[in-house]
Amino acid sequence: MALLEVKNLTISFGGLRAVDDFNIEIKKGQLYGLIGPNGAGKTTVFNLLTGVYKPDEGIIRLEDRDITGLKTIDINKAGIARTFQNIRLFKELTVLDNVKVGLHNHYPYSTIEGILRLPKYHKVEKEMNERAMELLKVFELDGEADYLASNLPYGKQRKLEIARALATKPKLLLLDEPAAGMNPNETGELMDTIRFVRDKFDMTILLIEHDMKLVSGICEELTVLNFGRILTQGKTGTVLNDPQVITAYLGE
Amino acid sequence: MKKMNITKTTKNNLITYLMVLLAYLAVQMLLLTGNISSLMKGLLVPLCIYVMLAISLNLTVGILGELSLGHAGFMCVGAFSGAFFSKCMDGLMPDSLRFLAALLIGAAVAGIFGILIGIPVLRLKGDYLAIVTLAFGEIIKNLVNVLYIGKDKNGFHFSMKDSISLHLDAEGQVIVNGAQGITGTPHDASFTIGIILIFISLFIILNLINSRDGRAIMSIRDNRIAAESIGINITKYKLMAFSISASIAGVAGVLYAHNLSTLTALPKNFGYNMSIMILVFVVLGGIGNIRGSIISAIILTLLPELLRGLSDYRMLIYAIVLIAMMLLNWSPKAIEWKEGLKRHSKKEKEVK
Repeated sequence: MALLEVKNLTISFGGLRAVDDFNIEIKKGQLYGLIGPNGAGKTTVFNLLTGVYKPDEGIIRLEDRDITGLKTIDINKAGIARTFQNIRLFKELTVLDNVKVGLHNHYPYSTIEGILRLPKYHKVEKEMNERAMELLKVFELDGEADYLASNLPYGKQRKLEIARALATKPKLLLLDEPAAGMNPNETGELMDTIRFVRDKFDMTILLIEHDMKLVSGICEELTVLNFGRILTQGKTGTVLNDPQVITAYLGE
Repeated sequence: MKKMNITKTTKNNLITYLMVLLAYLAVQMLLLTGNISSLMKGLLVPLCIYVMLAISLNLTVGILGELSLGHAGFMCVGAFSGAFFSKCMDGLMPDSLRFLAALLIGAAVAGIFGILIGIPVLRLKGDYLAIVTLAFGEIIKNLVNVLYIGKDKNGFHFSMKDSISLHLDAEGQVIVNGAQGITGTPHDASFTIGIILIFISLFIILNLINSRDGRAIMSIRDNRIAAESIGINITKYKLMAFSISASIAGVAGVLYAHNLSTLTALPKNFGYNMSIMILVFVVLGGIGNIRGSIISAIILTLLPELLRGLSDYRMLIYAIVLIAMMLLNWSPKAIEWKEGLKRHSKKEKEVK
């Protein structure tokens, strides 16, 4: 059974069909890549999957549950978390607090309990701190837990964004160009992290990426988008050697 | 690099509480020894009111990150609902209990107004939100000015026209008399009560900020789209911050109403210039910095009175102090200098 099943997903902006008849099936535990030239509609697909846009047509199913048209927060509660192409951290919060906001829906106590500092507040906050530190440790960010997020170096900001997304206990993690702006060393490290996340958290990951080294290194299957339509789909090796794909990227 | 941790925030909060406590003790000493002019004595309760308004507005502006220019409107709602209750129940309840109930009612009504106004207004952002809250603040003030409420043995009578169209009995009493407002509200406010209310407001705001809900509110401020993507209910937390901010302003209003014999809604006390003055306290004290709001509210309230002797030059000096404070707080060079000082003292400690 597929974890994520998308059928016939379509959205138009004005007269432009940004995404046209998009289909995808991702199995549990897969590392799936979504690639394509600039403006092909990759991020739009992510925005459709996370409820930022409502599709004109099509169905999105997560573990057989129809989540088409749900609001972003409900989609997150259903089990999809994402990172952003341009990093979106809570800059004025500490690294620890960034992750704790991610834990928000899983560690509840009421506003009154929070304001009056009732025992439940202390208990839940302690659990939250422990869980958040665990997550930070995975990404080797535990040493910077007290720093403001905006003071982290770029590569670590990317990692923190992944940690924050994982804090919401997703079933599917969407990574939007995780290697953007990274040098080859950092990219290599990031590949290890992504693999590690998949194994350690038993996570299913769909990622958008331009870096072919990263894509060919970690993705098991690929979908190539061009002008909003699927160009080809399949095993990474086959797809990357497809003459159509090479043409789309490099031109005739 | 800026560092923050839990023990540090707790320490910071304690310093804030301690500062208010020390200020209170200092003033009490002056009062006991009689070293305080009657003019200053008259300023003590307004000071508490301004401090409460400043810290409550900081919750909206600094923590939620939305610019609101209608804060005086919520104060107005609190003042009138609290005074109305006190006027109706005067003599029917023990005074202290009645005042406590008036405070709670002022908080509740202002909070409800916060939610009602917040639902449409918080869909807007930035400048648009500021303008619309400004308009709501003015609407509240002007509505109160044409509101007539009277009471006789048949119950309450309302009118938006004049006191005659209330059609009261011979023994009927006009409680809210349009532009003349409410007269004869019992004088329950005192400096001590003001300080207690500041403590309660501080307790609520500081504890809210350092809790799960506070983090959610600040995450919306820092990045709404990211907050949404990790399952934070934007509307709920925006409304929560906005209505708590409004209810504390309402309590300040109740205190204001019970400090005066006549309560009227004038541009001076509930108009937009008041809202802007509160905003000035917040901006000068540092957006998001609760302790800063307290300090700047105190300085900027006392300053015009201390400068009274300079008559014509008073407002000029006030303006200059405003600019100087702003430069000192926010110019990059000044910040650098302050950071340098901090680092220096830290190093000295480490050496020891």
